[in-house]
Amino acid sequence: MNCNEKTRAIVYGNQQRAIQRMLDFDYLCRREKPSVAAVINPTRDGYIKVFFGTKEILIPMYRKLEDAVARHPEADVMVNFSSYRSAYQTTKEALETDTIRTIAVIAEGVPERYERELAYLAKEKGKWIIGPATVGGLRAGAFKIGNTGGAIDNLKSLKLYRPGSVGLVSVSGGMVNEMFNIIQQNSDGVYEGIAIGGDRYPGSTLVDHLLRYEKNPEIKMMVMLGEVGGTKEYEVVEALKAGKITKPLVAWVTGTCAKVFPGEVQFGHAGAKSGSANESADAKAAALREAGAIVPNSFDELGDMIKQVYEKLKEEGKIVEKEEVEPPVVPLDYDKALKEGMIRKPRNFICTISNDRGEELMYAGIPISKVIEDDIGVGGVVGLLWFKKLLPEYARKFIELAIMITADHGPAVSGAHNAIITSRAGKDIIDALASGLLTIGPRFGGAIADAAKYFKSAYERGLTPEEFVDEMKAKGMYIPGIGHRVKSVQNPDKRVELLKEYAFKNFPKTDLLNYALEVEKITTAKRNNLILNVDGCIGILFVDLMRNTGMFTNEDIDEFINMGGLNALFVLGRSIGFMGHAMDQKRQKARLYRHPYDDILYISPEEEKEMFGGE
Amino acid sequence: MAQRGIREYDAKRMLAKYLPEFSDGKFKIPEERALVTPEHSIDEAAGEQPWIREKKLVVKPDQLFGKRGKHGLILLNASFDEAKRWIEEKMNSIVELSGVKGRLTHFLVEPYVEHDEEYYIAIKDDREEDHIYFSTAGGVDIEENWDKVITIDVPINKNIDDVDVKAELSKQLSGDLLDTMELFVKALYRFYRELFYTMLELNPFTIVNGNEVIPLDTVAKLDDTAAFWMAKKWGDIEFPAPFGRDLTPEEKYIKELDEKSGASMKLTILNPKGRIWTMVAGGGASVIYTDTIVDLGYGNELANYGEYSGNPTTDETYEYAKTILDLMTREKDPRGKILIIGGGIANFTDVAKTFQGIIKALKEYKQKLQEHNVKIYVRRGGPNYQEGLKLMKELGKELGIPIEVYGPEMHMTRIVKLALEGGEQ
Repeated sequence: MNCNEKTRAIVYGNQQRAIQRMLDFDYLCRREKPSVAAVINPTRDGYIKVFFGTKEILIPMYRKLEDAVARHPEADVMVNFSSYRSAYQTTKEALETDTIRTIAVIAEGVPERYERELAYLAKEKGKWIIGPATVGGLRAGAFKIGNTGGAIDNLKSLKLYRPGSVGLVSVSGGMVNEMFNIIQQNSDGVYEGIAIGGDRYPGSTLVDHLLRYEKNPEIKMMVMLGEVGGTKEYEVVEALKAGKITKPLVAWVTGTCAKVFPGEVQFGHAGAKSGSANESADAKAAALREAGAIVPNSFDELGDMIKQVYEKLKEEGKIVEKEEVEPPVVPLDYDKALKEGMIRKPRNFICTISNDRGEELMYAGIPISKVIEDDIGVGGVVGLLWFKKLLPEYARKFIELAIMITADHGPAVSGAHNAIITSRAGKDIIDALASGLLTIGPRFGGAIADAAKYFKSAYERGLTPEEFVDEMKAKGMYIPGIGHRVKSVQNPDKRVELLKEYAFKNFPKTDLLNYALEVEKITTAKRNNLILNVDGCIGILFVDLMRNTGMFTNEDIDEFINMGGLNALFVLGRSIGFMGHAMDQKRQKARLYRHPYDDILYISPEEEKEMFGGE
Repeated sequence: MAQRGIREYDAKRMLAKYLPEFSDGKFKIPEERALVTPEHSIDEAAGEQPWIREKKLVVKPDQLFGKRGKHGLILLNASFDEAKRWIEEKMNSIVELSGVKGRLTHFLVEPYVEHDEEYYIAIKDDREEDHIYFSTAGGVDIEENWDKVITIDVPINKNIDDVDVKAELSKQLSGDLLDTMELFVKALYRFYRELFYTMLELNPFTIVNGNEVIPLDTVAKLDDTAAFWMAKKWGDIEFPAPFGRDLTPEEKYIKELDEKSGASMKLTILNPKGRIWTMVAGGGASVIYTDTIVDLGYGNELANYGEYSGNPTTDETYEYAKTILDLMTREKDPRGKILIIGGGIANFTDVAKTFQGIIKALKEYKQKLQEHNVKIYVRRGGPNYQEGLKLMKELGKELGIPIEVYGPEMHMTRIVKLALEGGEQ
């Protein structure tokens, strides 16, 4: 474990954010090259795109460690983000490479037997493991493991971009950032800080790192943060007694509070458990103090102790404070700047009907849980997303009735036919649906919109039913929504009966329907199949609905009709049928459809000429 | 988590199931045992296993504590009726063991076995090897007879067949028994290792008919992080809480919240009448705050140990804070109360976001906090901390409650001193 500003790492796991944080630190330290050489992602190769300062760079991504190692022999650190399930395998693999010398294992929950095996293997090979269950550590001004030190403004305010004189080793990863802060406030800052992780058998222990710091002439004093449980601190005691640690060591062991707890307590870390007396924080602190470490009476005095030692070393001339350097400005991330209100940007899109950004999805301001709880149904959802209104119950039910009634009309209508043909051509459900939907327009399904439009206009202009019929006749137009191929006065359309019945029973008023029925009386007097058909009935009733809820202005209604809103209602309903037909064909494994010759009248241009005369 | 104690019942259940396999069929362990609980009476157990009414029985609590004989908590050589009466008497009673009070709820019922020899074996983990301890002088006095214990070390990179077990055992055994015991030690070690035990003690155990191993008393711990690999082999395993008092409803509520969430939330009530309450972010920092209160001599006034971490949602911190505020405004203290909302410098946790939940709870408890004369001290750093601290400062004015707010510029635990001893930092 000997890293410097040239050290490069392979990151195991596609940890974009952690990698960006490492590179931001690199830039802050004015490193020449980014510290991440390659990324391992077992499910995808290629590259990841990250910032190095203002520049965007690509870092290669490999599926296998062996490939990354072969291409990047200069990378001798692996930052292992693989999960607790695979951390053992991936770490072992890294230990067995020739080039990787240090592995930081982030995962929490690696079985102790695996940790012990890894630690043993590392020792055998003369390599270093930091962790598991740690954030990692950093060498100030040189190299940072993963997320150590938190956000960029923290790295900057704690001056971690340049080395100080203090070597830190902590059990807790979560406390490393705070320790950097305490050390920075009471000395010239850390030279290096490592969190060994809170497990019972970390790959490297407190004493391993302290002995390393002892040998490094740049480190003038050491700080250690131990923890209740386990015996790691006694190894430090032994090293102190044996004279292997001679630099001043300020130490604290957390968990002195365990004595006031009833029975056995498991704190946040796996190794932190109040067991036998000599594993207690008090016993360890006493042993450390006796062996020559500087141990305050409480954590509260830790900073003061560090300051005392530091000032003394300065007085003795052992520490000479270096001139401060100004770090480069790391550009702010767009997201962060936006969040902090430092920048603004005009939006290209506006959405007023729904919002998926909060804790819960909202339809027109109503949380999805409330939509379900209040059981507003598909009709209610249509109301929210099409009109941004919570429609009254009778209106919601009417929309559902219209959807149910328009859902299908057999295989022979043009849309369903198209869907069937497309499905049989081996295209998927979406293609079949789209093919069916493309037939909806002025001739197929379009009568709903036209009926609404013409009847509404006639009614509003105060035409009598007779005048309306005459006006249409004068224009040479059929009245949209009137007439049926099969059904008649004597053989009424059940669907129309249902719609009328529902409206009479539930709508506050049905002015336009009443008007249409007057028109029907005139047309059926001419021919008995010129009845108000289902399209007409839906279109006209939808206008009645909108007029009577009191939620829409007349302009709202016209706008809805003119934008094709009523076609949308038909599309919504009929999509159910089109998809059903497509599925039906798929289940039958129906083969490609080819229209039979005998159903097509073939006429050659010559024959056509003959029939029509002319040129 | 980590090493967790399991019930003697479960350890023996696994031994009975797997020891034959690990000894190539040489040894077997009796299957006859039952666990009696408030939900599973001895009558029901006897309905499933008729021997319980027929044989002489041994009964003892099975709740992760030892020295049961010394506390008069073992019933030996008893009839069914005697055992039933004994259990009924003890079930749900509170006992005090080495200063810890707890409720008796689980009893192990086994057949009573006449035996002559009592052996000792224990396997424990260490950093670079596992230690196997063996002695022919097993029983409760093993610690006094530690000079008669043989130690066999199995290095982490070796397996048991690479170790000369026989040579070590021959210091105390010879002949057929030596051969038998060698096989047994190896089989038990394989069981221990392959099933991710971190501690396994059979003290005493005996061997009858040359191949039937009877563990009379068993203590065991598993490494629960291995559950991903071991779930099937371990079977329906429970990791009971250490023997102690029942959880209060509030502790239970937070425990459930913790189990449902990806974040971490912990609450232990130490003294419900205590004046000092804590709500600290981070596993490491929460211990240090608690330490500092104790180290400054206020351990007896400390009401709780509390921790939240791992980026909890606003709703979660709200529920957590509400639970603590409710607890701390039940009984009045003439000197008023102190709430410490502390934390170190976070790595990822959005400070403003987590504070929003706490603030919502504080607003709800405005009146009670005033009535109980609560003073609040806040210290925190990390992403978005400026915003979080600003919100807290504004809240103080709004609620009319003294809230002192500090950031990373102040030593992490200094608010403890400030809160308890007053004065400026």
